[in-house]
Amino acid sequence: MKSGDQSALAELYDRYSGVVYAVALRVLGDTGAAEDVLQEVFLQLWRNPGAFDAARGSLGAWLAVITRNRAIDALRRRRPETDIEDVILSVAPDLAGEADRSRAAQKIRSELSAMPTVQRSALEMAYFEGMSHSEIANKTGEPLGTIKTRIRSGLIALRKAFQS
Amino acid sequence: MSEHEQFADDLALHALNALEGEDRVKLEQHLASCSACRLELEQLRGDGSLLALSTLGPKPPLRARQRLLDAVAKEAAASASRAQSARTPVQPRRSWWGLLGWAATAAVIVFAASLWKENSGLKRDVSTWRAVVGQQTLELERVQKVARTITDPEGQRFTLVAMKTPAQPQGKAFYLRSRSSLVFVANNMPPLPPQKAYELWLIPMQGAPMPAGTFKPDARGSATVVNPPLPGGMEAKAFAITVENEAGAATPTMPIVMMGTGE
Repeated sequence: MKSGDQSALAELYDRYSGVVYAVALRVLGDTGAAEDVLQEVFLQLWRNPGAFDAARGSLGAWLAVITRNRAIDALRRRRPETDIEDVILSVAPDLAGEADRSRAAQKIRSELSAMPTVQRSALEMAYFEGMSHSEIANKTGEPLGTIKTRIRSGLIALRKAFQS
Repeated sequence: MSEHEQFADDLALHALNALEGEDRVKLEQHLASCSACRLELEQLRGDGSLLALSTLGPKPPLRARQRLLDAVAKEAAASASRAQSARTPVQPRRSWWGLLGWAATAAVIVFAASLWKENSGLKRDVSTWRAVVGQQTLELERVQKVARTITDPEGQRFTLVAMKTPAQPQGKAFYLRSRSSLVFVANNMPPLPPQKAYELWLIPMQGAPMPAGTFKPDARGSATVVNPPLPGGMEAKAFAITVENEAGAATPTMPIVMMGTGE
């Protein structure tokens, strides 16, 4: 999408707004606040389309991460901590199609369901509640090292499930 | 345990923005010089995105689409209006306009530094070179006046930017590798927390970033760094700025707040 191309933005909105809104709503639990984040994420894409590096893979995944970060900032009532240009991630394949995303999402949900509850919980506290490792350790009463290892092995398990 | 293994768990937490404190500082220092770990961090961020992509939820309300398109149309109209204004005979440019002039004066300052050195040698052979030294002294007085204009705290500074555009932090580094001379000029720098200073870094073509002086902006956000101690002949790939303790640091503390490559 080149800057100034409103019809391209509308197409991208139609393709990815469901993912963006779902992530924002999952983090914030409030439809009005989620709609504000949805608006902000697509306006940022409109203002700075070059921030996304297409060579690194999925626009959907990038938007999901941008949305999660903005929603966490909103949840914690703080100024945005990360500029969108600094969010660099690597995901393949592209997942541009609804069917591809749906299949991938199903795989990930299955993997999450199969995980031990404590591990899934640590991942979700970090990702959807924006908690730091020490906050998670305080809440669960487990050692910091255990939390760190759980989160890493959880992410690696998701990677393997996605690639399978 | 290798250094990479030592940071493996912390990388995963950092990918989710869940790492904090000293662990985060150490990891960011390591990331500054380890491309393998930067790559793994990108991969782990991608793994984290799978959590987001797996989220189920209702579709956004229909009004949200129209709200976005209305906002975009409004911005596009405002942008077109600004472009129209820019076509008037007087074309305001961003503050680099001002820096163009500064570029020339900064180059003169670097030249002046070399003149100082050369003057010392010339004075050993006064009878032959007296006339040359006299001429160079006049030249030096001229460039000293220019230098004072830039660096004197009582000097007035004006930064020109496009109308209705918030002033952005800007820095310009003039570096003469053969003489290890550096002049750095910054504008609109945000204020610092107590006991903190900005630190300028020379990023060489190979190897770790080199400290190139600390500075604190004045009340107007302006600052200059002139000829900090630098190793000789270092080829610069870029310059960067971080926020450090007042005494400065030997290695940069992430995040990098400003960075620029050679023009």
